[in-house]
Amino acid sequence: MDNTRKNQGWDTIIRPKKGWLDIDLGELVRYRDLIWLMVKRNFTLLYKQTILGPAWVIIQPLLTTVVFTVIFGNIAGLPTDGMPKFLFYMAGNIVWQFFAQCLTVTSTTFVTNRNLFGKVYFPRLVMPFATVLSEMINFLVQFVLFLPFVIYYALQPGSAVNPNFRLILLTPLMLIQLGVLGLGFGIIISALTTKYRDLAMLVTFGVHLWMYATPVTYSTSLIAEKFPKLLGLYMLNPITPIIEQFRAAYLGVPGYATGYTLLSAGVTALVFLLGVALFSHTEKTFMDTV
Amino acid sequence: MSDRLLEIDGVSKQYRLGAIGGGTLHGDLSSWFARVRGKDDPNVKIGKEHVNYNEKFWALKDVSFDVNRGDAVALLGRNGAGKSTMLKLISRITAPTEGEIRIRGRVASLLEIGTGFHPELTGRDNIFLNGAILGMSRAETAKKMKQIIEFSEIEQFIDTPVKRYSSGMYVKLAFAVAAHLDPDVMICDEVLAVGDLAFQQKCLTMMGNIARDGRAVLYVSHNMRTVSQLCSRGLYLDTGRLEYDGTVERAMELYGGSSARSARRNLDEVPRTKNRGDTMRMLSIQFENTQSLEYEMDSNMEFTLTSISHIAEPRMRIRLILQNSIATPIAMTQTDAFEVQAEETFSRRITFPLDGIAPGEYIIKMSLVSGTPQGRTCYYDTIVDVSRFIITDDPAANAGFVWTEHLWGSLRLKPLEMR
Repeated sequence: MDNTRKNQGWDTIIRPKKGWLDIDLGELVRYRDLIWLMVKRNFTLLYKQTILGPAWVIIQPLLTTVVFTVIFGNIAGLPTDGMPKFLFYMAGNIVWQFFAQCLTVTSTTFVTNRNLFGKVYFPRLVMPFATVLSEMINFLVQFVLFLPFVIYYALQPGSAVNPNFRLILLTPLMLIQLGVLGLGFGIIISALTTKYRDLAMLVTFGVHLWMYATPVTYSTSLIAEKFPKLLGLYMLNPITPIIEQFRAAYLGVPGYATGYTLLSAGVTALVFLLGVALFSHTEKTFMDTV
Repeated sequence: MSDRLLEIDGVSKQYRLGAIGGGTLHGDLSSWFARVRGKDDPNVKIGKEHVNYNEKFWALKDVSFDVNRGDAVALLGRNGAGKSTMLKLISRITAPTEGEIRIRGRVASLLEIGTGFHPELTGRDNIFLNGAILGMSRAETAKKMKQIIEFSEIEQFIDTPVKRYSSGMYVKLAFAVAAHLDPDVMICDEVLAVGDLAFQQKCLTMMGNIARDGRAVLYVSHNMRTVSQLCSRGLYLDTGRLEYDGTVERAMELYGGSSARSARRNLDEVPRTKNRGDTMRMLSIQFENTQSLEYEMDSNMEFTLTSISHIAEPRMRIRLILQNSIATPIAMTQTDAFEVQAEETFSRRITFPLDGIAPGEYIIKMSLVSGTPQGRTCYYDTIVDVSRFIITDDPAANAGFVWTEHLWGSLRLKPLEMR
């Protein structure tokens, strides 16, 4: 009773941290200008003092796709569901890279911004959100590069490429889900790595392994054919249905996604909430440990 | 009631010494596994003080005070008294362990100048970014852009990346942004030490205006000149406790007496930086023929320094670095080399001629050093603030002029000769 009276008229009340659900997402909205300026900063910095400038965003996926095409497509001879190999790998690669970048960059939020966080207060979640938006811009650049290939292959006589326009309309949803999932996993790791630095090593390594558990360099039908019993387990990977959906949309590959998409969305929401809770719990005192 | 902008209510902050853990999951797991098997923890350093491990340490203990509209409050105390911790709590950088802080309106905290500035971005971009970090909206910053640029005095470089700025320009720009936040409470921690004196003056005036406008300023500095100019109220913190809340004059006296100007000081417990004070250690200093450590121009300072050496050193010297009141080094002098034996406690009576030092307040930094035959210096022990002292002014000695430190500096040279 006494407490409520005392609290009247104060704009901010700072108390010892307690509980796990002390989260103020409304504050993020008030700091939207900062998020936007951070995105702008990241974008500007990416292109300053690099020889090739913006070209990096394009060269990196192109080269990776060429390497995948040669190694997995031609040398290993993995089937690509009858799709042009280059297009098949490119679709998987840009989607995966977007997720992987969101995850790895946000996973170092506390460590990279130590100096800034130690000197001034703003909602710490601004930084991971800005990262995801920056990565989304990079993805869009790569996506614009991807589209002409889709059109080129689709227009070839007798081509198997058959974009599904209804699914294409869902692209923004896929992107948001990927971003949120990458952010969720990233901030969970960032919250844990303030105490245990060696987890950070695991991230690069883990993301690499995770890519092989995802149909980036091969097709899900290969798993269905070789390990039919493991398919259910395989599809639990929340990224798999999104990549499947993406390929189904732009290439017209018959996907395995359907029911698993909902599951993946559920996992995404869960990971995100867990991440935000862990992150908010850490942000109040991490300056004492970093 | 609404005059109150800030209430600090029974705030404590506890840190756990050494309890941060190994810092790696591997370290913590192996410690845990060793404990389970009843073995010694492999990560505890042998010979280190075990007592410290897991010991709790109160950086602040049950501090309460209020800040009202129109207050200009100085927060004084020695290093480690808890000033910075207090500011960090109010700025929401870390959370208190106990107690509550209540704030009305916007707090602008300048714990560091130019927080979030990015060297690759232009001055203008950085104004937007820094403004947003400090809590201004884009529209607000845009509206004040002209004033900010004007205040910063660097119009012609505003579209240059800040990496090409001099440190002075950097500070000016950064302070200009913070100054235009329109904060209800402005918190300032030693950030003015970098700019030139004219700009410092401008900033102090600006902060003074904030207080006069019915807002409030909370200021931390070791520079007593700026403190007395700006603040009317002083808080004195000592080892985490608020010892005094009242006039700035009394708080400055308490602060001055606590470390600085006492005729005898135990140096053994003064914190050192890493690797200093292990093989040799200064134990105490006793200033002779003085109580207040105020000296006339061109007089002599006499003191006795007692130290202990754990090794034999044939080329021992006592080095004294003279710093002005904001800890900028001004000059160095040292004794001739002398020899000490291993495990010897040695006392030396030293005369420090104060010739040519201008009137003002100074800080003595002292080191035990030796010169190696290769011409390198080996530092055994260093204390950055052994003592403060004052050189009193006597205008008669300067053809009637009162010494003006911020214009003339700290050295009084011999008169010019004219023919």
